[in-house]
Amino acid sequence: MSFLIAMVMIAPLVAASAGILLRRRARTRDIATMAGLGVAALGSFAILFEVASNGTQVIRVGGWSPTVGIVLVADLFAALVLPIALSIILIVEVFAVGQRRTAWGANPELAGPLLGVLTAGVALAILTGDLFTLFVAFELILVSSYVLLTHQGKRGQIRSGMTYVVMNLFASTLFLFGVAFVYAATGTINIALLAERIPELDAGIRLGIGAWFFVVFGTKAAIFPLFSWLPDSYPTAPTTITAVFAGLLTKIGIYAMIRFHTLTGMDELGPVMLVVAGLTMVVGALGALAQSDVKRILSFHVISQIGYMLMGLGLFSAAGTTGAILFLLHHMPVKTVLFLVGGLIENHEGTSSLDRSGGLAARRPLIAAMFAIPALSLAGLPPFSGFVAKLAVISAAIDEASIGIAVVALAAGALTLLSMTKIWIGVFWGTDADQAEATPAAPNNRRLMTGATALAVAGTLAISLLAGPIFDLSQRAANELRSADLYIDEVTSR
Amino acid sequence: MSIALLVTVGGLTTVGLYLITARSLSRILLGFSILGHAAVIALLTAGGPPGNAPLADRDSASDIANPVPQALALTAIVISFGLTLFLLALARRQQALTGDDLVEDDLEDKRIAARLQTASTEATA
Repeated sequence: MSFLIAMVMIAPLVAASAGILLRRRARTRDIATMAGLGVAALGSFAILFEVASNGTQVIRVGGWSPTVGIVLVADLFAALVLPIALSIILIVEVFAVGQRRTAWGANPELAGPLLGVLTAGVALAILTGDLFTLFVAFELILVSSYVLLTHQGKRGQIRSGMTYVVMNLFASTLFLFGVAFVYAATGTINIALLAERIPELDAGIRLGIGAWFFVVFGTKAAIFPLFSWLPDSYPTAPTTITAVFAGLLTKIGIYAMIRFHTLTGMDELGPVMLVVAGLTMVVGALGALAQSDVKRILSFHVISQIGYMLMGLGLFSAAGTTGAILFLLHHMPVKTVLFLVGGLIENHEGTSSLDRSGGLAARRPLIAAMFAIPALSLAGLPPFSGFVAKLAVISAAIDEASIGIAVVALAAGALTLLSMTKIWIGVFWGTDADQAEATPAAPNNRRLMTGATALAVAGTLAISLLAGPIFDLSQRAANELRSADLYIDEVTSR
Repeated sequence: MSIALLVTVGGLTTVGLYLITARSLSRILLGFSILGHAAVIALLTAGGPPGNAPLADRDSASDIANPVPQALALTAIVISFGLTLFLLALARRQQALTGDDLVEDDLEDKRIAARLQTASTEATA
């Protein structure tokens, strides 16, 4: 078991090194990276089954005690998020291999290995049991994302890359200061020990720490008003890269926030979180309406959706946390699929601008269908996974008598649907605006791209079909996080 | 906790924050280096009173410095070193493309703001 937990981090790193060594031999390189990511994804599913049946698994790296050493903890929350995150990266890598070297495709020599490093970072961020390793994991993710975003060196990428890097670097610096504050206040950075010691601190220090980390994780998660870097930078990257960013990066921020703030019992911050959540939803949805480019609309949706997860967390009730976890699990694949379809649209139309495309539904009905399913899911229409997740969050809000936020959430859902309609009318309806189908610069493997996207769509449908069991698991994970005792016991004893 | 160290942290943070509000990426880079130092010193201060090197004299556990923040500080320094290089490369690339290393605004945002302005002038006219 401990072998598996180590493997999900080591396999992608080995794949990345192999990818760099084999960079001149395209076929071997692609197979090596896909194999490494595939092994990690399979391993993560094995971890989920093991944790769901036998409970939390803990590794003490190097055998050190949790007070000074690094621990890796696979509790149910981590075990639920991990397989979805790693499968997304695998699917995107397959799509990227299909896309080859086009104007919109990432450079395959770099993209594969960097995705490997990113995967290791994501796995470490999900599994880590201490704050400083979380910082290192964030850096691992961010450094690879900086390079993935700017590696083509185009003007727009460098321009928006600078904003992206500066914002995230600032959040990382705040994180480091936060680690220092926490260590000064409690004498530990292990999350389990913090869950024990932080509730015993003075209210002022405790809430100071909570608010500080709310800002740190909030910047990574792109909450209002810290989101300005996201809609600027995401659309400039190659579509495959944006798909990974949108599906994972902000979600790792919200994942860390759910873990830290729930385990340390920051219930008093709830009202602030709810206000920020409402503003995030509405500003994101309104921002999406104002845009006229598929990728920019989808980027604003990322922000809007973060609001729902924050709302679930901010309720600080069992039902609210369950909703937040469920929303996180549903959102990651759906968002990735939408960006992959955005990539297919670019590939066929030669642009992702709404004004310059049209009539794709008649020519490529499969792409239209693959867009419609996740789009309706994201807007929260039954019977898709988004409906279940949204229902869980909103009914939790009504249980807590927070009617205001529930109304805002419903209104933001309607606005989301409106901007999805805008994409639908612009891209799929009407007549082909002014140009014939774009001819890509290099031979693309369209079958592989479409196949990867279809697999991801099937994955989102599977989540809505399995909504019952996934809801039960999310509920168990939420209860474990909220009572914290089990987590503390598992990490500190033995 | 040493007052001198705390004042140093405060001073470095002030200078660093001032520098990262600049438009030029090379100033921002200097700002982040200084902020990084401030964070590292804050980490070391958080580790308690200074003492002997943690490995030199293992017998007397009481008068050695706390090794954990030192390990954390080392890791943070290595990471910030790598990021400084990346920022330098980014500044160099921006200079090659535009002739300076200024951080620019979101173009699409400006375009939408301009559209709003035209719409309102049309409405008043």
